[in-house]
Amino acid sequence: MDYFLELFLGGLTRGSIYALIALGYTMVYGIIELINFAHGEIYMIGAFTALIVISVLTLMGMNTVAILVIAGVIAVIYSSAYGYTVEKIAYKPLRNAPRLSALISAIGMSLFLQNYVLLAQTSDFLPFPNLVPDFEFMEPYAHIIGSTEIVILLTTAVVMVLLTFLIKFTTIGKAMRAASQDKTMAMLVGINVNRVISVTFVVGSATAAIGGVLIASHVGMINFYIGFIAGIKAFVAAVLGGIGSIPGAVLGSFILGWTESFATGYVSSDYEDVFAFLFLVLILIFRPSGILGRTEKNKV
Amino acid sequence: MFAFDRIKKALLVSAWFMFLTFPILVIRINPVERIVEWRWINMLLIGVGSFFLSFVWHYFIRRKEMGARRAETGEESEAAPLAQRILKNKKIYRPALVVAGIFALCFPFIFSLYQTNIMISALIYVMLGLGLNIVVGLAGLLDLGYVAFYAVGAYAYALLNYHFGLTFWMVLPIGAGLGALFGILLGFPVLRLRGDYLAIVTLGFGEIIRIILENWNEFSFGPSGISNIPRPSLFGIDLSVHDATIYIYYVMIGLCLLTIFVVNRLQDSRIGRAWIALREDEIACQAMGIDKARTKLTAFALGATWAGMSGVVFAAKTTFVNPASFTIWESIIILCIVVLGGMGSIIGVIAGALVLILMPEYLRAFSEYRMLAFGVVLVVMMVFRPGGLIPNVRRIYTFKGATESGKGG
Amino acid sequence: MESVLKVQNLGMNFGGLRALDSVDLAVGRNEIVALIGPNGAGKTTFFNCVTGIYPPTEGDILIAVRGKGDLKRINGLKPNRVTEKGLARTFQNIRLFPHMTVLENVMIGRHCRMAAGILGAVLRGGSTVREEQSAVQESYAILEKMGLAPFVNDFAKNLPYGAQRRLEIARAMATEPFLLLLDEPAAGMNPYETKELDDLIQRVRHEEGIAILLIEHDMKLVMSLSDRICVVDYGRKIAQGTPDEIRNNPAVIKAYLGEEMDA
Repeated sequence: MDYFLELFLGGLTRGSIYALIALGYTMVYGIIELINFAHGEIYMIGAFTALIVISVLTLMGMNTVAILVIAGVIAVIYSSAYGYTVEKIAYKPLRNAPRLSALISAIGMSLFLQNYVLLAQTSDFLPFPNLVPDFEFMEPYAHIIGSTEIVILLTTAVVMVLLTFLIKFTTIGKAMRAASQDKTMAMLVGINVNRVISVTFVVGSATAAIGGVLIASHVGMINFYIGFIAGIKAFVAAVLGGIGSIPGAVLGSFILGWTESFATGYVSSDYEDVFAFLFLVLILIFRPSGILGRTEKNKV
Repeated sequence: MFAFDRIKKALLVSAWFMFLTFPILVIRINPVERIVEWRWINMLLIGVGSFFLSFVWHYFIRRKEMGARRAETGEESEAAPLAQRILKNKKIYRPALVVAGIFALCFPFIFSLYQTNIMISALIYVMLGLGLNIVVGLAGLLDLGYVAFYAVGAYAYALLNYHFGLTFWMVLPIGAGLGALFGILLGFPVLRLRGDYLAIVTLGFGEIIRIILENWNEFSFGPSGISNIPRPSLFGIDLSVHDATIYIYYVMIGLCLLTIFVVNRLQDSRIGRAWIALREDEIACQAMGIDKARTKLTAFALGATWAGMSGVVFAAKTTFVNPASFTIWESIIILCIVVLGGMGSIIGVIAGALVLILMPEYLRAFSEYRMLAFGVVLVVMMVFRPGGLIPNVRRIYTFKGATESGKGG
Repeated sequence: MESVLKVQNLGMNFGGLRALDSVDLAVGRNEIVALIGPNGAGKTTFFNCVTGIYPPTEGDILIAVRGKGDLKRINGLKPNRVTEKGLARTFQNIRLFPHMTVLENVMIGRHCRMAAGILGAVLRGGSTVREEQSAVQESYAILEKMGLAPFVNDFAKNLPYGAQRRLEIARAMATEPFLLLLDEPAAGMNPYETKELDDLIQRVRHEEGIAILLIEHDMKLVMSLSDRICVVDYGRKIAQGTPDEIRNNPAVIKAYLGEEMDA
């Protein structure tokens, strides 16, 4: 039973991380109908920036809690800045181009950012310090769930609530929803669609950065390649839940997290990544709109 | 005033990029030895570089916008690009072809074995590029798992030779057939998918094949792969390494010519037109009586055939295969070849393969930045020149008594 | 009259939305029928059901079998199969193949009347070459009839708007249909172009013997072209008859024509 519970919570943690990344995919897709291939890289850059800040501040002898907060904030700022810039360079000039062009551009951006970090830093795995102290009250349950996992779950929950608030109740949130329904119409009623798209990229990148820092701290090491697989899986989660739908992305992430956790726990860990892909193929064949997605009607 | 504004903007861009690249490019950390290295020079380079690049970017964006506006108002869209004018001019084109042909034939006798080996790789990529060109360039199906078919071909030769002792020439058609078969196998489930989903699913397919090869030890010998694969023999005579390499070179030249011939004929046929129509508008295509499923499947199958074949040659050339040769990045390099050369354009793809594969080999200092540059190529080409360096030219027909309006390319 | 298309009790639901509700319609051989109605009345949905893009929720769609007198049910056939059987269409928002030449666009229409396979294309034997040549000639002939010959080698996207609309009709005609479905062929045209279109459609009917079903908002064109008019509103057929009958039908005036006829 403990093993089951461990896998269950492990899946939940995994799912939370996927959710933080999947949100960015789903929000961007909701508005410009583009798979932002570089999104995984934004997450990786968040983790790297955090590691760099942590290393510098540790040498300066700051205390851990302060480091955690500062590194988190800077990572979020930088990831957002990267997300914003990527959109301006690689996607904005292609707003009216065929989808295939934007997609290829996105792949190029992903390739570029990976190699940028690889060349500027290193191809080796770097140890990432565990910044979350072990909570004492958690000790009896330590074999089932760690403190870091608790922090991940809580942070994800908070981010979700904030995001829901942003989209449901703020002006920019309304503009985002309007733009995702109909870009031209939104423009006609005076919404600055370019700004909405920028904000979407910034918000998506920020949540990805939070995910990046959390998982790096959980796994304990990072390299330039972590964004790619995590990005793909988060994308799978977003599609599973119904791309364009925010609750869908969260639901899809948890389902994927659990599937992977149980499949690797009870079946085999060799084929961990295969499960995600098989999942994706099956969903796309049988229910392309995902669990909570709106069915897309092709206008003729 | 205009220039001043531009400079101000360029300065802002420059400052922004200095900020953006600051942590990753300036600070280098070594958490193991707890050292932090500050590389301020990088910041300076980025600052100056992005300042100038901002002008270049702005210039090209403006040019592109003006081109779009011209096209909209129905004015003569830009004159045929230089490369095309050269290709159309028979006086230049024919001799150039002859010179290239002679050069290709003499190559292994003029240059060293090392050079010949590099050229063989380049030719393998030409073939891969032409194959992927059918799927991506003509049919408009973004296939990111193309490398899987290449792996199928390579492992087909390795395994069939290991278990049954089949020779290169026996496996070559088998590799092609297996490639086509896998193309159809992949094609069926993705028939209904839209472009972007297709990209992810094919990427997944490629990764699944690689992961299986890595983990299914009984079948594929896992990550260590299969070694001692024989090079092709000439009428049953075993050749020395040197002679075999030259032999493979000529085999590759022959296969490339075959690919060019077949792809060229397909492109200019009922099937090729259907592929292009499918790329342009799926719904209209179906409404005009074209079977979408069938057309997609032929594209996948005929694209994968060439990957299967070149996989066989690859295995014979390196005498060793393992899963590490078939990562997603191979697929992306091949995509890059197609995009740089010009989607749908045979000459473009050949040029793209030669440039992208040979350049990093000969510019050693540059080779480290290879993948970085490939990323840039993909973005820049899509933004500024989606047709590629040598865009595809549509065939022009002439009719008796018709007034020739003469554009169309 | 002998029908080439007979639609019976056609119904189409999108989720909870009833887009079409038991619509009956028949088009006779060599007849021009117009389908009119306010925006969102379900006209294009009707086209999409008939041409196989959406499978209808209920009802029957029957079309004539080439060379025979009887009708055959085509529900659930894919769009390409429907086209092969002799129905061709154009689209409300022009859907040409923009980066193919005008001639190639028409040759795509010939696709389903050609046979060359992969081997044929690669080996290019005598029959393939002949087939290609005749496809080129036939396509060109259609272009000449439609007044598009001067554009033959231009990219479709570079054509003037009116020519693009005509090219869509040319492409559809290349599939050798006995019934042509035109979705707002005059949309965006000026009165002069509309007049030309009027003549063109008449010619298609008389010279090629093709029956035509069209959706159109331009009442002048509809009244001058149509043998019969069918009016739909909210997915239901509310009237049917000759132009004169429709002009004087109070239900139609109320639902749709009112403001336009007063103006």
